[in-house]
Amino acid sequence: MAATVARTWEPNTIAQRAAAAATENLWVTAAYLIGSMIGVVAVLSLLGMVLIYVERKVAARFQCRLGPTRVGPFGLLQTLADTLKLVFKEDFVPEMADKFLHMLAPFLALLVPVVLLALLPYSPSMQVADLNIGILFVTAIGGFGVMGILIAGWASNNKWSMIGAMRAGAQIISYELSATLALLVVVLFSGTMSLSGIVQSQQDGWWIWRGHAAGFCAFMLYLIASTAELNRTPFDIPEGESELTAGFHTEYSGLRFAFFFLAEFINMFTVSALTATLFLGGWMPFHIGDWAALNSQMDLIPPIIWFGAKTSAVIFIIMWFRWTFPRLRVDQLMHLEWKILLPIGFANLLLASIIVLINAYPFPLELPQ
Amino acid sequence: MSVQIRTLEEHLHASPQADSELTTQEYLVNMGPQHPIAHGSLRVVLRLDGENVKFVIPVPGYVHRGVEKMCEHLTYRQIIPYTDRLDYLSAIMNNWAVAKTVEKALGIETNARIETIRTIMSELQRLQSHALWWGVTGMDLGAYTAFLYGFREREIIGEIFEETIGARLTMNYIQPGGLMYDIQPDFAAKVKKLIPYLHGCIAQYETLLSGNTIFQERLRNIGVMDGAEALALGCTGPILRASGVPLDLRATEAYGVYDQVNFNVVVGAVGDSWDRYYVRLHEMRESLRIIEQLIDNVPEGDYATLRYNEELILPEGLHYGQTETARGAFGVFIDSDGKRPHPRRLHFRSPSFNNMWVVTRIAAGWRIADFIAIQSSLDLVIPDIDR
Repeated sequence: MAATVARTWEPNTIAQRAAAAATENLWVTAAYLIGSMIGVVAVLSLLGMVLIYVERKVAARFQCRLGPTRVGPFGLLQTLADTLKLVFKEDFVPEMADKFLHMLAPFLALLVPVVLLALLPYSPSMQVADLNIGILFVTAIGGFGVMGILIAGWASNNKWSMIGAMRAGAQIISYELSATLALLVVVLFSGTMSLSGIVQSQQDGWWIWRGHAAGFCAFMLYLIASTAELNRTPFDIPEGESELTAGFHTEYSGLRFAFFFLAEFINMFTVSALTATLFLGGWMPFHIGDWAALNSQMDLIPPIIWFGAKTSAVIFIIMWFRWTFPRLRVDQLMHLEWKILLPIGFANLLLASIIVLINAYPFPLELPQ
Repeated sequence: MSVQIRTLEEHLHASPQADSELTTQEYLVNMGPQHPIAHGSLRVVLRLDGENVKFVIPVPGYVHRGVEKMCEHLTYRQIIPYTDRLDYLSAIMNNWAVAKTVEKALGIETNARIETIRTIMSELQRLQSHALWWGVTGMDLGAYTAFLYGFREREIIGEIFEETIGARLTMNYIQPGGLMYDIQPDFAAKVKKLIPYLHGCIAQYETLLSGNTIFQERLRNIGVMDGAEALALGCTGPILRASGVPLDLRATEAYGVYDQVNFNVVVGAVGDSWDRYYVRLHEMRESLRIIEQLIDNVPEGDYATLRYNEELILPEGLHYGQTETARGAFGVFIDSDGKRPHPRRLHFRSPSFNNMWVVTRIAAGWRIADFIAIQSSLDLVIPDIDR
């Protein structure tokens, strides 16, 4: 049964298709590559607009208010109006700031989510490139995101921004550890570091329930740690609008501020998509082992819808955090990471390796040879 | 400044002078006059060592308008609209303080209806003020949703005020010798409908913030002030009571009809930010209790015992009166020459002014985030400080 499912979902990335076409027609290869670039940019701008609108609507529901209603039907054009407003705002760089770095920082912040967008397996046939070191690449690139914030805070020549940047540095680098430990659990389970390989390894069940407690624990760890890396409430202390006015982006206005904002939203999407890919099966439909009847029914729903639904669910959870939790203090944050999450992460990794060692999954996995 | 790399052995035997290279540099920052935590225009100068607060100095005066001086040229009725602009969240209680002082000086007797309505209105205002404070505290600690919940309740009570008083924010309702207007015919019915709703809201507050571990961790044992220190700093209101001093003018020198109702003076045990939070939350319940006891039988009678254009000349000498506002004791000093219908000198003793200086004593040694929690738990209203 497992073999049949694997044949049904034969992943074919755009990079593979481009490479295959290269021997016959270079124009087709070029079209694939240009198309994928346009696709990433389109996803980037569309996501920014959709997520900002969704966040407002979700917040409004939590807060007993309406959210945007005036601009366009149901306020759908609100994000467009905001963007237009931000574009026309005065582009302001403080007099004593390090001008070059001040301008560079928002681009660095946006760089990471853009690169990660190209790696995500949206469906078997919709993935720009599938690296065999996917997870390693994700963590390496993900850790780079803090650079933009640190540089922004430092280059602003503002004490509040500096405090925000220092907080961000300490926070993001610390939580990277827990996030990576959680990722390693999935690598252990699936026996591969390729993102689409991880999705395929979940064809008999998603790791969140199939990995026993270790899978669920890793999911929780990753969700908490990646929320912290996103700088979203309850971990929004680098921004801390009531403490540091706006932290690292106090001195940013107009489009540059929008870049930080966009980076946060795209990051939220990539984190949610990764959570869905690693623990909730990504584009893989809901399968239970060899229950052919159920599995074939689930297969009727297209993979892209599965991916979208799972990612949206995680995005909603992260938004839910934001609109209910107060902010942690900086030492409480460190305490949570170094004294609670990290030991749990190590213990969980150990548990996961024991599960893998004795092959104790429900519906045992046939690892790819 | 260069950083040396040393072995542990070298480090242990290093002279204090060598160590000084690794000390951090303290720096000053201005929190305000434009800062979200200022809730108005209050400047607070912080000396920081990294995230740690070394000392705190509040610098008030950015919205100073010389209200007390202006009042020296106004009749006692004309002074009333100035008091509600001092603390717009305790407008009615501030009105009452002036009215009470004038009534005491002139020996004016008011009837039971006036006193009952004054008490109900004051308690509604206290609820409104505490609801908004609750929301603002949530917002200061990063829970923005709380802010809008607090505002929701504030608006609903504001609608009841609007019907009777005609204003939502700067309400001047209590006059020397009575009230500005009589209550609307459906006032009691609307307030009665409000009581169970507000009980539900307080339960919701408990679920959203009080029950949240992060919120508790942010407030517990932060900015502890004992009763003696609170008294020495001249604190009044929930801040003083949170430190364990059961001083509430409504109970200790009962005015209005507070002596005819049952209510508890809520007192804290530790005197930390959490106690200040919880005292206010419980006070909301006590306010509801007071209103519940009064709203069913508001006595009949006239709503004003003086004619509006009657000239009030206070006897020569010093007159003082005070009421318990949402933030503490609001006192009015009037020095009258006994000839003119306005004061020779006037001074307001506003609760926020004294409460503000608390930060200089209790905020040092904490982190920036704790300073926010402490400042927020003091519930300052800036125009009340600057006058």
